[in-house]
Amino acid sequence: MHDIAQHAANFITLDTLNIVYLFLVGFVGGLVSGFIGSGGAFVLTPAMMSLGVPGLVAVASNMCHKFPKSLVGALKRAKYGQVDVKLGVVLGISAEAGVLYGAGIQEKIKAAFGDAGSNLYVSACFVVVLAVVGGFVLYDAFKTGRAGAQNAPETKTRLAQWIQSVNIPGTMVYFKSLNARISVLFTIPLGFATGILASTIAVGGFVGVPSMMYVLGAPSLMASATELVIAFVMGLGGSFKFAMHGLVDIRLAMIILAGSLFGIQLGAIGTTYVKPFMIKIVMGVIMVIVLFSRALMVPVYMSQLGLIGKLGETTSKMLSSTSFAIMIFALAVGAFIVLRSMWIGRKEERQQLAAETVKVMA
Amino acid sequence: METKGSKKRKPAVKAAIFGALSLALYLLLFVYEDTINNNFARGGLFAFLPIAAAFLFSFVHGSFTGSFWSVLGVEASKKGGTH
Repeated sequence: MHDIAQHAANFITLDTLNIVYLFLVGFVGGLVSGFIGSGGAFVLTPAMMSLGVPGLVAVASNMCHKFPKSLVGALKRAKYGQVDVKLGVVLGISAEAGVLYGAGIQEKIKAAFGDAGSNLYVSACFVVVLAVVGGFVLYDAFKTGRAGAQNAPETKTRLAQWIQSVNIPGTMVYFKSLNARISVLFTIPLGFATGILASTIAVGGFVGVPSMMYVLGAPSLMASATELVIAFVMGLGGSFKFAMHGLVDIRLAMIILAGSLFGIQLGAIGTTYVKPFMIKIVMGVIMVIVLFSRALMVPVYMSQLGLIGKLGETTSKMLSSTSFAIMIFALAVGAFIVLRSMWIGRKEERQQLAAETVKVMA
Repeated sequence: METKGSKKRKPAVKAAIFGALSLALYLLLFVYEDTINNNFARGGLFAFLPIAAAFLFSFVHGSFTGSFWSVLGVEASKKGGTH
């Protein structure tokens, strides 16, 4: 009970400006998530913390908005035939285990090195994962764009071809997104890694979506849509765990949800107008920009831990605000590309329909 | 038989109904802010309360936002989702 009273007292007072701010960030986050399957959530935890919400309450409330949002997005994209529910649930279950394991690592690091140690670990994970995976996704997208192969069907990587050729009796399952039977054993480490990342940087999709595309061989549209199922499974379990400790501020979660449900519907509609490589472009661009945002924070935490010389208060503050601004910028750029490509796609379709009508009439 | 007009009216009616319901839910949440916060954050089995609320809001508000974009004419490509 002591725990609860303490956390309930930690719930901040909300004024109109705060509500509008969270609604808008929720909207843009939802728009990006609807399009690439995840990626909108990383900005929400720091956004809430910037209003004075304690870290754990911000994480818990973010997660409690994430699972209903993912549910709505998954249902919408299932209507377009983009969701592989079976793959999503299978990966989601092992991701849940990854979340628990990742949370355990976090607790140990926090106990040993304090808040600064834990922050440094999170930022280092951000930088390494985003540099490797984000760099690869962006490289692949630009390669497709430059080769003029935007309209060509997506090819499976050699790794995916090998995985689809391995037969381990008793573990083979057919997945419609892969249009192949693969051993379910291959999905376990991928889901697990997605979960660890989700519990560390709040966006499991930065590993989940690329691994479905490059390791399992799913088309990008289906991978990004299926990620919403994983996010739902993971988010539901995580939210329940946080709610059992009285950490969810339902008002915060529902305000963000109010904005993000407008966004996620729009983002999902957007996927029906674009060429699949656009998913990779948006994802890669966001990942690489966020990488810079997090990298700026590394010296701040290192100085707090005494690993480098002490930074002045003004320098630390400047680095923190620049890092937050870059994060918002990453999301805004992602949203801009989504809206722009959707606008162009709609225009092209209207012109095509008009040309066809003229042909029929002639 | 459905006419073209009734097809266009459908999302507008749905948006109006779910929009009103969604507004009512949000009003309730803020009018009873303190009572809700105190009970929803009690922990233990009370954890079902925020989870249930999230499902309820996602259904009502999700239906509203879906039809909201339809009313504005923003709909999925007619060529289908997977190119």
